Amino acid sequence: MTEIFGIPIQALLGQLMLGLVNGSFYAMLSLGLAVIFGMLNIINFAHGALYMMGAFLAWMGLEYLGIGYWQALLVAPLMVGIFGIAVERSMLQWLYKLDHLYGLLLTFGLALVLEGLFTNAYGVSGQPYQIPAELSGAFNLGFMFLPKYRAWVIGASLAVCFATWFMIEKTRLGANLRAATENPMLTQAFGINVPLMVMLTYGFGAALAGFAGVLAAPVIQISPLMGSHLIITVFAVVVIGGMGSILGSILTGLGLGVIEGLTRVFYPEASATVVFVIMAIVLMIRPAGLFGKEK
Amino acid sequence: MMKSKLLALAISAMLLPVAGSALAQGKISGDVVKIGVLTDMSGVYSDLGGQGSVTAAEMAIADYAAQHKPKFKIEMVYADHQNKADVGSNKVREWYDTQGVDMVTDVLNSGVALAVAKVTLEKNRIMINTGAASTRLTNEDCSPNTVHYVYDTYALAQGAKAVTKAGGDTWFFLTADYAFGTSLQADASNAVIAAGGKVLGAVRHPLNASDFSSFLLQAQASKAKVVGLANAGGDTINAIKAANEFGLTKTQTIVGLLTTIIDIHALGMATTQGMMFTEGYYWNLNDDTRAFSRSYFAKMKKMPSMLQAGTYSAVTTYLKAVEAAGTDEAGAVMKKLKETPINDFFAKNGQIREDGRMVHDMYLVQVKKPAESKEPWDYYNVKAVIPGSEAYQSMALSRCPLVKK
Repeated sequence: MTEIFGIPIQALLGQLMLGLVNGSFYAMLSLGLAVIFGMLNIINFAHGALYMMGAFLAWMGLEYLGIGYWQALLVAPLMVGIFGIAVERSMLQWLYKLDHLYGLLLTFGLALVLEGLFTNAYGVSGQPYQIPAELSGAFNLGFMFLPKYRAWVIGASLAVCFATWFMIEKTRLGANLRAATENPMLTQAFGINVPLMVMLTYGFGAALAGFAGVLAAPVIQISPLMGSHLIITVFAVVVIGGMGSILGSILTGLGLGVIEGLTRVFYPEASATVVFVIMAIVLMIRPAGLFGKEK
Repeated sequence: MMKSKLLALAISAMLLPVAGSALAQGKISGDVVKIGVLTDMSGVYSDLGGQGSVTAAEMAIADYAAQHKPKFKIEMVYADHQNKADVGSNKVREWYDTQGVDMVTDVLNSGVALAVAKVTLEKNRIMINTGAASTRLTNEDCSPNTVHYVYDTYALAQGAKAVTKAGGDTWFFLTADYAFGTSLQADASNAVIAAGGKVLGAVRHPLNASDFSSFLLQAQASKAKVVGLANAGGDTINAIKAANEFGLTKTQTIVGLLTTIIDIHALGMATTQGMMFTEGYYWNLNDDTRAFSRSYFAKMKKMPSMLQAGTYSAVTTYLKAVEAAGTDEAGAVMKKLKETPINDFFAKNGQIREDGRMVHDMYLVQVKKPAESKEPWDYYNVKAVIPGSEAYQSMALSRCPLVKK
C-alpha cells in the first residue's frame, strides 16, 4: 500500500474527508459570527449557546411533540432566529454605538445564563437523538466508509454557506445590507429601514447557529456545554479568516477542519491546539486575517 | 503560703485544657455531627455526583435520624468545587476551621480529591471519597483520614480482564490525554496482558474533543477486537455515538472503562446495546437496591449512579461509626470504620482496609437490547460479579506507606 510519512494513503484520504465534515460545522458557525460582526459590529459570544439551543430544540421537538428531524431542521433554526431577534431588540440594539467590549460581555453573560438554565433543567450528560432512518448507513468510497449522515452534513452546510454568501454579495437585499453597514445614516436617507435590517441580520446569524445545532444533534452529545466546547475554536477560525469576511470564514472553516483532521493522524495530542498555533502565525503575518481588509 | 497557692493555681490552669481535650474525646463536639458534600454542581461531572449526591446524603441523614434516633444532631452543608483543586481545598479548610464539619464526602475529580485529602489529614477530620477514580488516594497519597469508598481505576480495569478472557484478546485504546486517562489506560492494559491479551495500540485525544471520528477510524484500522475507551463523561458519549455511526460496533466491541448508567441513559439503548463495562452499583440488582433507588428516583426523577448510591451508603456507615465510637474525633471514628464490616444495599461484607480502600464486589454488566428492557432504566444484564478481593488491587502490591509489610 502507498504510504505518506508512514501513514497509508487510504487512511489519509479518510481523515481528509472527516476533516471536511468538521470543517463544515466550523464554516457554518463562523459564517454566522462573521455576518453578525460584519453587519452589527457585535462579537457574538452567545453563538455557542445558540448552537446548543438548536440541538436542544430538535431533541425537545422529538421528545415532547413528536416532531421529526426534517421538520426540526426548519422549525428549530426559525425559533432560534426569533429568540435572536428578541435578544437584539431587547438588549443588543442599545450597544451598537459603544465599544466592542460591551457587546462581547453582554453576549458572554447571555451564553452563561442559557447554559445554566439548560444545565439546571436537563443536566450535563446529554440526550439521545437518533440519525434519521433515511440517512443511516454508509457509502463505501473505496478508501473508507462514509456514513450517509456525514455526507449530508457536508452537502447541507455547503449549500447553506453558498446561499448566504450569494445573498449578501450578489442580491439587492445584500447590497442594501452592506450599504447599511457602511453608512447607516445615508442608507436610511434612501428610505431603507436600517434597524429592521440589522435586527433581521442578527436573527439570521442566530438561525444559522441553530441550524448547525440541529445538524450536530444526531452525531454529537446534546449537552448544555456542547457550544462552549466548540465556540473558542470557531472564534479562532473567524480571526484567521478575517473578522467579518463572509467568504473568508467559509474557506477558513473548511480548511482548518482538514488541517485539524490531519493533525489527528500525525500527532493527535496537538489536535486541539493546532488551530490556535495557526491563528498565532496568521496574526503575526497578516493581522487582519487571511481574507480581512485592513481598516 | 501565698506562693504555693499561686503555684497550685498555675498548675491547675495548665492542666485544664488537657483535661478538657481528654473529655472532648469522649463526646461529640457541640453535640452536632456535621457532614460536608463537596462536589461538581454545574460542570461536566454534575450528573454523576452533583445534586444527586447532595440528595443522597440528605436522604441518608433523614433515614438515619428516623431509624436510630441518635443523641446527637446531624447537619449537612454542600458546595460546588467547580472541578478546581484550589477552590475545593479552600472550601473544605473553611468548613473545618469555622463550621465544625467532621466529614466530607463525594469529592469527585481526582485532582480535587488529592488536595482535599491533604487538608483533611492536616485538620484531622475524615474524607470518605465516593467520587474520585485515582488509585493514588490509597497508594502514594494514602492517609489515615481517607476512605476510598465506591470504585477506582484499578477496579474499573478489571472488566477488561473479563472481556479479554471471553475472547476479546486484542485491544486498542482511545485515551483522554490527561492524568486520569493515562492511568486508566495503564491499569486496563495491565489487566488485558494479565489475562493473556495483547494491546495493539492507543491514541490520545484532547479532553472535551467533540469529534471522535478520526480517532475511531484509527481504532478501526488497528483491527483490534476490542476498543477500550479510557475517558469519561461527554468524551465517552461522543466516542460511542461516533462508533455507532461508523459501524465500529458491528465488527469491534466497545468497552467503556468509566461508563455509568447516566451515560447509557444519555445515549439510549439503541446506540449502546451490547456494550460491556464495570459498575460498582446497579439499581436493579435485588430488592434492597430497588428499594433505595426507587425512593431516590421519587426525589431526583433519575436512577442513582454508583457515586450517588455510594454517597448514601458512606454517610450511613459514617454515622453508625460515630455512634459506636461515641465521639466524632477522627481517629476513634476511623478505628470503628475499619473494624466494622459494611452490610447494606450498596455493599455486602464491605471492608475498609488499612490503606483506606473500601473493598466490595463490583459488577461486569452488558447493556441489554432495547427489546429485552422491561421498564425505564432497565438497562443491564449483570454478566459477572467480580469479588472485592479480585476487583481491587491486593495489599501486597500497595504503595501506601501506612501498610506494614
